[in-house]
Amino acid sequence: MVEYRIDRHSGVATYVQIVQQTKQALRLGHLEPGDRLPTAREVVEATAINPNTVLKAYRELEREGLVEARRGLGTFVRRSLGAAPADSPLRGELDAWAERARTSGLDRDDVAALFTAVLETHFAARPAKKSQVDKTQAEKIQGDRS
Amino acid sequence: MTETALEATALGKRFGRKGGWALRDCAFRLPAGRVCAVVGPNGAGKSTLLALAAGLLAPTEGTVTVLGTHPGQARPRVGFVAQDKPLYHQLSIAEMLRVGADLNPGRWDAATAERIVAGGDLDPRKRIRALSGGQRTRVALALALGKRPELLLLDEPMADLDPLARHELMGVLMAQTAEYGTTIVMSSHVVAELEDSCDHLLLVGDGRIRLSGELDELLAAHTRVSVPAETDLAPHTVVESRGTGRQVSALIRPAGPLPGDWRTTAPSLEELVLSHLRSPEAPALTPAARTEELPA
Repeated sequence: MVEYRIDRHSGVATYVQIVQQTKQALRLGHLEPGDRLPTAREVVEATAINPNTVLKAYRELEREGLVEARRGLGTFVRRSLGAAPADSPLRGELDAWAERARTSGLDRDDVAALFTAVLETHFAARPAKKSQVDKTQAEKIQGDRS
Repeated sequence: MTETALEATALGKRFGRKGGWALRDCAFRLPAGRVCAVVGPNGAGKSTLLALAAGLLAPTEGTVTVLGTHPGQARPRVGFVAQDKPLYHQLSIAEMLRVGADLNPGRWDAATAERIVAGGDLDPRKRIRALSGGQRTRVALALALGKRPELLLLDEPMADLDPLARHELMGVLMAQTAEYGTTIVMSSHVVAELEDSCDHLLLVGDGRIRLSGELDELLAAHTRVSVPAETDLAPHTVVESRGTGRQVSALIRPAGPLPGDWRTTAPSLEELVLSHLRSPEAPALTPAARTEELPA
């Protein structure tokens, strides 16, 4: 079961944090198709956030086809994301690499910079997820007002 | 639309014939199932408003409707925790909960009440008199929630709780809303602690309702802009504007699209509240005012 951690000072909207953490869990294989997401009650009891915020996040995940709400039963994962589960050989290699980087004296920022640089040579840039979500929000609000 | 939990029309309260008005001309509507923050400075009228809703005070003018009826009639379905957390000091916690059970026949949820008390590691045999302020708050909340209310009115519920208990009990309150659709109205002057838990806002200033509505909509209706000092902000409604040399920083309610070269940011709840409280002359934004202000 995924557990959400809400950072009130991150500047990221609370419901977006839930969406992002769910996707992260899907990418890492901590959540798999058929798994049930925690109920709104379970999430709000642990985090003290408003229940509507959880429902909004779940609706967003549903809109993206990642989860589905089954009446009276809960919200279930429909499909996973990416192909990098937590126990894959790739993860093991990266783990060993990070260990070597640390023993050779690189600090956290060095490693992050190196990793990002390599990431950018191999993968095309793409728009940041957050602004995408925010844009749909902005459009929605505009739509509501007009 | 949805059911209404709490509604006020031209509500006013004056203490004594010569006294000033604690509240005046209050009109708002709170749909059922919302978690509403009642925010405002000390003496703004928050406690008066909650006591009127609880039926402990009678309005001097206007009406307040609770769960579709008169506050007195709604009382069995309403939980109220006053700021001074009234409890019988000579009783033990267990005896106090038994009083709650006896006073609420057919409604009492003993498991919930006991769970809330147990969350604080309290010995049920301990007397109320011997409890700290925060522990009394916990017992008072256990009593109010044990009643399984449809509407929960809480006056400064978090004021004397430590941060851990505050988070835990706020979680308990949110779970109550998630599971039973309980409407919660809680007052506070600490705005930041309410931002994630509430979805509705009543801003009370100087006995009047300054802002009322869904939090998301109120935030979306305001923009913080930073523009050169000579810029004309009309026709937008200016809530507050402060000069910083050649630049002016203002909180406005846009009346239409803003020029592309204005630097804009979305205000936080705290900025929204503080700007309104610093500018008593700024026009209120309540559902009634909104229909006048927004173009059709």
